[in-house]
Parts: sequence; structure tokens; C-alpha cells
Amino acid sequence: MKNETLYKYILGIADNSLILGQRLGELTGHGPSLETDIACTNMSLDLFGQVRSYFQYAAKIAGDDRTEDTIAMLRKERDYVNVLLVEQPNRNFAYTMARQFLFDVYHLLFLQELQKSKDLTLAAIANKSIKEVRYHLRFSSDWVKRLGDGTTESHQKMQDAMDGLWTYTDELFHQTEADKAMVHEGIGVDVTALKETYYKKVNEILSEATLEIPESKYFQKGGKQGIHTEYMGYLLAELQYMQRAYPNMEW
Amino acid sequence: MSTKNWPLWEVFVRSKNGLEHRHCGSLHAADEEMALENARDVYTRRSEGVSIWVVESKHITASNPEHNGELFEPAQDKVYRHPTFYDLPDEVKHM
Repeated sequence: MKNETLYKYILGIADNSLILGQRLGELTGHGPSLETDIACTNMSLDLFGQVRSYFQYAAKIAGDDRTEDTIAMLRKERDYVNVLLVEQPNRNFAYTMARQFLFDVYHLLFLQELQKSKDLTLAAIANKSIKEVRYHLRFSSDWVKRLGDGTTESHQKMQDAMDGLWTYTDELFHQTEADKAMVHEGIGVDVTALKETYYKKVNEILSEATLEIPESKYFQKGGKQGIHTEYMGYLLAELQYMQRAYPNMEW
Repeated sequence: MSTKNWPLWEVFVRSKNGLEHRHCGSLHAADEEMALENARDVYTRRSEGVSIWVVESKHITASNPEHNGELFEPAQDKVYRHPTFYDLPDEVKHM
């Protein structure tokens, strides 16, 4: 492959949206109200739409018989490079919204920078996706505040969710080799530079939601290197079943 | 979900090229912000350039169908009450 680094870099962005989209899709029909159910499905569809754009571009770069579908469906766990945060299970609505919020804040900052990429396709995808992500952040931060500042029980659930997920936030700002190379070429986003703004923004919303800012000295990492939490294998088994059982089918 | 805290809202949408807001349905939401977000998902598919109004259903007063007679019928048998005798140029749309 001519540009393997760019290919890897794109997967690093797209896998986050793919896995988070899959997690949100699991909730279809299980939202706490009809309206939130529709909203979660909507966000899931947004994310899948973004994934398609990224994977179509990646398939073009690969230049072999790979397609968006094979990239999404036929890789093994170790080949997925999404961050650990997005593969965490839904557990309850507070957990789902906390995960969404912690990713959305990052996602928006990331796309704002990706819009400036020298790679015009990536810049265009970022430009299209950013409108969707602005809405995602609006929705998720709204729910963090509603639940945090709601009843005693909802407050506790949101606090537990934040405490539980906090350990996965630092990984968002780790650079892979592909990241470094792409930043160097003016194509990629320097994620290390987003960290300060990220925690400032997150802390602002948490304070508004009357939540404690979790304190953690230890952070989980590994997703970007293909080393995932125990949830990932099950997620993929479900996602990929059809393609594995009936390879090369048309659908 | 207790619907007690999720009152009914009526949704009015003006589409991108539309001239006025039209009633397009109702939904449940805890407050006006959530009602707007839900309306945007359910009724507009997030098309750009649309305007949404939400109003809690309890704030709408409707006319009583039993009073249709006195409210609406007297006007209908007097043609001079309706401006129907003017020829409108084609350029004037939406009158």
C-alpha cells in the first residue's frame, strides 16, 4: 500500500465512530422514552454515516479489493484501533450519556482541527460531521446536567458513570505512530494539544451538573494499539456474525 | 417513565421554503428545550433552515365544535364579506 500511514490514521478516527455507533444502536427500542430512543438512534446513524465516508476513503487509499464493508466487518479485535472509552457497555442511561458526553467533547475539538487538514477529503468529512457532533454534544451535555442536577438517585448514577469512565479519558490524547507522522505532514490533528481545553470544558459541565470531578491518577490505555477491554470481543462477534457466516454475500 | 413530568407539547414547523409554521404533531418532553430537541429529531430530520415552535398543549385554547354555528357560519352566506371579486396578478402568490 502506498500510503499505509494515512490508512492507519483514518482507521484511528473511524473506528471510534463505528464502535460508538454500534453501542448506541444496541439501545434502539430500549431508551427511557420514545423521544430519547429516537435521539440515540439518530446519533448512531450520524456516526455510521461518518464511518462510511472514512472507510470509503480508506478503501480508496488501500487500492486493493478492500471495501468499506470488509474494513468494518472483517478485521479482528486486535486490528481495531478505537479508544477504550467508546467500547464500554451501556449499563444504564446515565452511563450511556456520560460515555457520549466524554467522547463528544473530544470529538468536537478533534473535528474542529481536522477541518484544517491538508488532506482535503479528511477536511471535507470533518466539515460535514462537525454539525452532527455539535448536536450530539448538545444532547449529551444536556443529559449530564439533567441527571446530575436531577433527583438524588439520578445524581448518584451520573456520578458513578463519570467515576467509572474517567479512567478512559486520558487515552484520547495519546499519539500513535501514525498520528505523529500525520501531524508532521499537516494532515493529522495533534491530539496532545486538545487535552487542556478538553478537561476545562468537561469540568465546566460537570460543575454545572453539580457533579464531583473524578480524581484518578491511573488511566487505562491500549485501544489505539489494538489492546481492548473484555467487552470488545463480544461486540465484534455480534457486529460481524453475518459477514463471517456468509462471506462475500451481497446485501 | 412517569408521564406526569413529561407533559404533551404541540409542534409547529416552518420548512425551509415555507411561509408559515404548520402544526405537524405532538410529543412528550420534560421541558421546552427537550421538546425542541425531540421535535427536531422526530419531525424535521434536522433539515437546515427550518424553524420550530413548541408550545405546551395546555396553553392552547381551542374553539368548541358545538359552537361552530355561531362562530363560523354567519360569514359564509354573505359573499360581500369575502374579498373574492378581485383579479389578482400572477406575480402575487400566496394570497
